[in-house]
Amino acid sequence: MADIAISNVTKSYGKTAVIHGVDLAIRDGEFVVILGPSGCGKSTLLRMIAGLEEISGGTIAIAGEAVNEKEPRERGCAMVFQNYALYPHFSVAENIGYALKVAGVAKAERMRRVREVAKSVGLEEYLDRKPSQLSGGQRQRVAMGRAMIREPKVFLFDEPLSNLDAKLRVQMRLEIRKLHQRLGATSVFVTHDQVEAMTLADRIVVMNAGKIEQIGTPSEIYDRPETLFVAGFISSPPMNLLEVTIPVRGEAHAGDIVISTPAFLAGKPGAAAMIGVRPEHLEISAQGRFSLQAEFVEKLGSVQLVHGSFAGRDFILQCPATQPVAAGQRLLFDIPAAAMHAFDPATGARIPKVQPAGRQNEPVAA
Amino acid sequence: MIERTPVLNFFTHLAMLVGIILAALPIYIVFVASSHDFQTVNIVPMPLTPGYSLVENYTKVWTKSDFGTKFVNSFIVATGVTIGKIAIAAITAFSIVFFNYRLKMLFFWLIFVTLMLPLEVRIVPTYAVAANALSPIQGVLNGLFNAPALLLGLIGIEGLPQVALKLPEWNLLNSYTGLILPLVATATGTFLFRQFFLTVPAELVEASKMDGAGPIRFFWDVLLPLSKTNMAALATIMFVYAWNQYLWPLLVTTRPEMTTATMQLQKLVPGPLFGQPPVWNEAMAGTLIVMLPPLLVVIFMQGYFVRGLISADK
Amino acid sequence: MDRRATFKSTWLAFALIAPQLILVFIFFYWPAAQSLFWALTLEAPFGGATQFVGLQNFETVFSDKLYWNSVRVSILFALSSTTLTMVMALLLASFVDRQLAGYRVYRFVYFWPYAIAAPAVGLAFRFIFAPDAGFVSSINKVFPNLWNPALDGLDAFILIVIANSWKMIAYSFIFFLAGLQAIPRTITEAAAMDGAGVLRRLWDLQLPLLAPTFFFLLVINITESFVDSFGIVDIITGGGPARATDLMVFKIYSDGFKGLDYSMAAAQSIVLMVLVVSLTFVQFRYVEKRVHYA
Repeated sequence: MADIAISNVTKSYGKTAVIHGVDLAIRDGEFVVILGPSGCGKSTLLRMIAGLEEISGGTIAIAGEAVNEKEPRERGCAMVFQNYALYPHFSVAENIGYALKVAGVAKAERMRRVREVAKSVGLEEYLDRKPSQLSGGQRQRVAMGRAMIREPKVFLFDEPLSNLDAKLRVQMRLEIRKLHQRLGATSVFVTHDQVEAMTLADRIVVMNAGKIEQIGTPSEIYDRPETLFVAGFISSPPMNLLEVTIPVRGEAHAGDIVISTPAFLAGKPGAAAMIGVRPEHLEISAQGRFSLQAEFVEKLGSVQLVHGSFAGRDFILQCPATQPVAAGQRLLFDIPAAAMHAFDPATGARIPKVQPAGRQNEPVAA
Repeated sequence: MIERTPVLNFFTHLAMLVGIILAALPIYIVFVASSHDFQTVNIVPMPLTPGYSLVENYTKVWTKSDFGTKFVNSFIVATGVTIGKIAIAAITAFSIVFFNYRLKMLFFWLIFVTLMLPLEVRIVPTYAVAANALSPIQGVLNGLFNAPALLLGLIGIEGLPQVALKLPEWNLLNSYTGLILPLVATATGTFLFRQFFLTVPAELVEASKMDGAGPIRFFWDVLLPLSKTNMAALATIMFVYAWNQYLWPLLVTTRPEMTTATMQLQKLVPGPLFGQPPVWNEAMAGTLIVMLPPLLVVIFMQGYFVRGLISADK
Repeated sequence: MDRRATFKSTWLAFALIAPQLILVFIFFYWPAAQSLFWALTLEAPFGGATQFVGLQNFETVFSDKLYWNSVRVSILFALSSTTLTMVMALLLASFVDRQLAGYRVYRFVYFWPYAIAAPAVGLAFRFIFAPDAGFVSSINKVFPNLWNPALDGLDAFILIVIANSWKMIAYSFIFFLAGLQAIPRTITEAAAMDGAGVLRRLWDLQLPLLAPTFFFLLVINITESFVDSFGIVDIITGGGPARATDLMVFKIYSDGFKGLDYSMAAAQSIVLMVLVVSLTFVQFRYVEKRVHYA
């Protein structure tokens, strides 16, 4: 069991820097998901923890010990690769047991542990098969078994579910979570899928363009995105964004539309801001102060999304599937002040709301 | 390179340097030998630094062996074989992949099986064919015409007239056609094109049909432009293959003005009985002259060359 | 392959494939059939009455000591030059595959010999290894008459093996390297995470995964050394001394074109053909096996 301390880590290939000074402390036994779009440097960061990429600057320490100079095999990490990276000429048993074989564990003991691990990932029946004779989900389990058998201090997952079909992905997600609960090993999981991140993580690290945008629990990330990027990346449907100016405190103007913002911004009156509100937090009612003409309606089963434009921007309302809505119809709604997020359009940083007296934490929306 | 392994890396580099020496030294020695005068080249061991007779040796061997004519011949043959192989491979593969007819698998295998019949194992009868290229056709026609008579003969009915068809002779010896044509059929090239054509999405055929293009248009406007890389790859291996042909030109040419550069190697030194001492400096100059064109092709087209080799054989 | 969208015009399809079929018939199948015909008959191919003699030519060939000598020499030649070629090529490929600094230069140079015509290789090596000039002969200054490929059969044999291997290494090298580079990088990384070092990975992963390439090259090299060695032998030794390098293909050539004994040459061609064809069949079996790892 081990904690991981990443301090001021950078990575560059020649002159191109791909990671610019990342700081991250992962607690012992924690399940951390690194989430970001492709090319944001999340896999590179994971591979630097594993020792598969050289660290250009800064330090990475596992269990209090700097590992920059250590070979992958000396770091006590196990990794599950995106394409599983199974040895095609080895049987399932040989794949799982390879690390022990390299370590010189006697054959009988090795087989005993291979069987034990195979049982826990549900592969006892398949020990003699070759990877090419297995289904995608079974290959995934072999990859997990191969990581587990070493009883590593740290589990690293590099988008391990992205090659599976949707149904298997959900199932394997659950299994990975259960595995973590059982073994309690520190785990770092890289993905670009926000649902995976939200369901698996103790804490999510959102990365973009080689930098960490925000670190927090799934609900923190959802409820209080620290940057415009996080606000836009974590949510489906995407958060509605409005460009506004703030002439006086408590009021914001988006074009002709005036939105009231209770004791809103710490920023100076007259400043520009981006206001974001999630479609699911908009209140549709006959008394709504704002209106939106439905351009088209997406039915998603239990809910439906109404697309239109508001204050000159694309805008989405979410409403229960039971409510009859048709394209062309005009809907009235309100924007609850508590559900509003505000960002500085220049830096993308969150603009803090003025704290109501006597409250330490910002009121949570909804 | 996942780990740092300085010791292993050192030995790897060392071994690779030895490899470089093994690969390049013979070529270098040929070059050095071609730059010395007759006395120096026969010193044992020969000095490893170039001498001063480079230009002299090359001029001498060039005129003495009439390399001018031979290079022209070699270029004509190599270019002819290359173009011929590419053209014939492309249309054959086009027929096999983009048409549906009953015999096509048979045809494909008939062509593919020739991989197992390299020139060297059928050299004697192929030479006979080159002496009269129409003889196989004559043979088949005679066989067909006389089949009834022969069959009847078997069951005891004799006396049917036998036909002896005589086609005009078409002698390929001592001609460019004779040097080129027997080398043009290509299982490797056909296979390479077939593999490539199979990766062309079916939608492309359908789209061009919708656009009103017939098979020839599709071949010319869509397929050939897409095959450029493959053709370049095939062209590089085939040029080298054709330039380096030795046994076949040796057989089909007897007139000196039709011989090729590679054949000339045999005449640079007296027979291989190690009798009288060869004029090594000139012989090596000749060797270098002959090996240079394909070597340059490989050096400049290495990427294509490797791709061609691997996709053709795998 | 039949599900694809295709064109309908059958006459065009035949017209397109006809040129190749005609060439293949005239220059491959007819001569091959002709070989068989000559092998079963006696008398010259150009005019004169031919006489069917059954397997008599083969009996003559098989009872000929010189023929068995050439078979023995060919097999020894194939085995030694294939071994030398493949060991060297595999070593070089696994070095280059490590992608150390400058590996592109190495790869580049190792590939050159492939471009050089066999007789040119022959001539170069004949000079370098000449008994009275070049380099290797310096050894004769220390040990007189130790090296003389002109008189000593073993020396001549070693010389053609070296020359042939030198030329063939490049081809095998390229295939081994391609095979090594086709191994997914993550498999190597997974093995590194599992604790296997560079050499261990070479032994446990790369070599076993190269097995299909290995068998493919084994057959190719053996076949090539049977048929493609003509230029080297013709230039370096001419089959001598005392038939120590009289390879099968060279004997066919000298019997057929120097001795003008077409029937003997044809019978030998048939034997060689059977040999090459069976080797190719062996290869096809492994070609199919190769697909399994994918």
